[in-house]
This record gives sequence, C-alpha cells and structure tokens, in this order.
Amino acid sequence: MIYVQLFYTFFLIGLFGFGGGYAMISMIQGEVVTNHHWMSMGEFTDIVAVSQMTPGPIGINSATYVGYTSVVNAGGAHWMGILGSATATFAVVLPSFILMLLISKFLMQYKNHPIVEHVFTGLRPAVVGLLAAACLLLMTPENFSTPSESPWQFWISIAIFVLTLVACQVYKMNPIRVLLFCALVGILLL
Amino acid sequence: MTPSSEQQSTSGQPLPSLTGGVGGGSLFTTFFRIGLFTIGGGYAMIPLIEAKIVDEKQWISREELLDLMAVAQSCPGIFAVNIAIFIGYKLRGIGGALMSTLGCILPSFLIILAIALFFRQFQDNVWVARAFRGIRPCVVALIAAPTFKMAKTAKIGWTNVWIPVLGAFLIWMFGVSPIWVIVAAGLGGYMYGKLISLAPDSSQKDEGSTNSQESVNSIKPH
Repeated sequence: MIYVQLFYTFFLIGLFGFGGGYAMISMIQGEVVTNHHWMSMGEFTDIVAVSQMTPGPIGINSATYVGYTSVVNAGGAHWMGILGSATATFAVVLPSFILMLLISKFLMQYKNHPIVEHVFTGLRPAVVGLLAAACLLLMTPENFSTPSESPWQFWISIAIFVLTLVACQVYKMNPIRVLLFCALVGILLL
Repeated sequence: MTPSSEQQSTSGQPLPSLTGGVGGGSLFTTFFRIGLFTIGGGYAMIPLIEAKIVDEKQWISREELLDLMAVAQSCPGIFAVNIAIFIGYKLRGIGGALMSTLGCILPSFLIILAIALFFRQFQDNVWVARAFRGIRPCVVALIAAPTFKMAKTAKIGWTNVWIPVLGAFLIWMFGVSPIWVIVAAGLGGYMYGKLISLAPDSSQKDEGSTNSQESVNSIKPH
C-alpha cells in the first residue's frame, strides 16, 4: 500500500536528512525516482523548481508535492493525493519532532552546566560562520545575473541587495514588508 | 490578506514579560506568518524570527537563537521546523511545540497543494518569475543582515574571529558540510572546558567574558 511506503520512506528521509533542504532533495530523488519509480526524473525536477520558488522550507514543500504526485501517478483520485501529501509531510517531520523535543528538554535542564556552557562557547562563533556561508553561497549568477548576461537585471539586483541591507540595518524595517516590496520591484522592473 | 492589520491584532495585546503567558494560538499565527514568508531555504527564516520573536515579542534572546541554530543544524530533519519545535516547546511545552510546528508547515502544505491541484504551470508563469527576480537578491541581503548582529551576540573579537571566518570559508570554498563545522566547534569548546578544569588554580570559578574569549582561542590546536 502506497501510504505505508510513503510514510516509511519519508520517515527515513526525516531521520537521516542531515544538512538542510538540498541534501534532503538528493535523498528524496534516490528513493522516489530511482528506488520506487513513483515519478519520472522530469516530474521530480519540476517539483524541486516549485519547492524552491514557493514559501516554506524546501524539505516540507517537496515532501508535500511528492506525496501528492506519487499517489495520483499510481492512479489515485485528487483527494487520495491530498492524503498522500499529508502522509509524507507528517512522516518527514515526525523523527525530528521527537528528537528535538528530547534535546530541548535536555538543553533547558542542563543549560547552565559548565560542559554545556563550554560547548556553546565554541558553537556560537561557528554559527555566525554558517550564516555568512549561507549568504556567500547564495551570491550566484542565478540570483543576481551577471553584468555581461543582463546588465539591467544585475544592477537592479545589486540595488535591491544594498537597499534591503540599509532598510533592515539602519531603518529596522520589517523583513516581510521588504520582501513584498522587492517582489513588486521585480514585477515592475525585471 | 493584509499582514499589517493582522500584526496589530496580535501585537496589540499586552504581552507579559514572562513567557508563561504566551498562548498556543499566538504561537501558531506567529509561525504561520514566518512559514508563509520563508522563501529560499531554512536560513531565510532567521531574519523573520529575529524581527518577530527576538525583537518584537521577546520570546527568546538573540543568544538563545544562536544556540538554537547550532542545535537545529546538527539535528536531522528540516532546519526551520527544528527551530519552530524548540521555541514552541520552550514557551508552552509539547502542546506549544505542536502549535508552532503546525503553523510553520501549514503555509507550505496549502500553497503546494493549491499549485498541484490548480496551477501546474506555476514555475513557467511570467509574473511569478519576475517577482522572484526581485525577491532573490532581497533574501540574500536579509540573511546577511542578522550575521552582523549575531557576531556581536557571539562576542566575536580579535581572539575568536578566526572561527566564523574559517567555518564560512570551509563551507563556501570546499563544500564542507556545516554539520562538521558545528561538531568541530562543539568539540573544541568541550576540550577547552576539560583543559581549564585540569588547571591547578581556582580561577576557573570566576571565568567571565574575557576568559571565554580566550577559551575559544585555545581551541585552535585541535
């Protein structure tokens, strides 16, 4: 039965999916396309594209979409597909929900233990490095274009980048408002 | 849907400074809004959490958010969801964790289903593509902005600035998984803890912020 298989597959992906959305996507691809043949590679590529473009964590988006598509491809009706979405999403979250609850409990209890304090003294600066790396990794031609490919888009993108920084750092504008404004700028100018 | 009017209704209520007064509904709506505007991966959630949960509602401190990011990154599963689980649990126990997780997931779930059911050509739509060309550089800047504030919170000075620089460089240039950076940094902190507890003098009791900077520096040999 496909729901049980979906649950099992996404539970494993949630349990062993270290390293963020993109690492998870390659696991999902291995299971869903190569192992179970629930969909073609082309369909999966479309799902990844939509998952990246829509709001929300990429792992949740792709689990929801894959759950729906797998059931509908197997001959299920739309409502059965929705049930597939719910199954995959629930399964992918469940392992980390249990683990994070245990860890949260432990951390809140031993927050002031010297060992925990020392570990976090090392961790905090490293996390700043992770944020910087996330930012550097996103500075790609895909996100900004290049001066030779499309000078117009490149310079508008640079302007959006700088203005967003100023709006957040200097004027403390709400990030959601800035995002909506930039979407509007994109629709009008790009 | 107008985010500004909704915002007023939630932030208009007087919030007690003690976290015991946070309602499950408030957790749900807060994370629903954050989930709705997290575009481009888990780290895009950080500026939203910083603005809403650290600065506006003051449910957790900036330092706690840093610690939480390290934990969420080294746990399996989805980074953004892991963060939602911890904050929900801290404020309202298991029920709170359920509410924040549900709020964080639901926007994705509904939007993806709507696309799968009615809007299959979503990624080829011209207007959507245009809007995203504006959103992408904005998201990069939104992630860059909290980096500086976090650096202050992490007490980064001349003695420990090499940790974030080296970490970012390894991840960015050599494709090292962030988990290994976290594991190495945590181990380094632990080793230093061992080292100073072996020290014969009794100064380990009053190690303040000056010593903790030194502690980070002496991780280097490992």
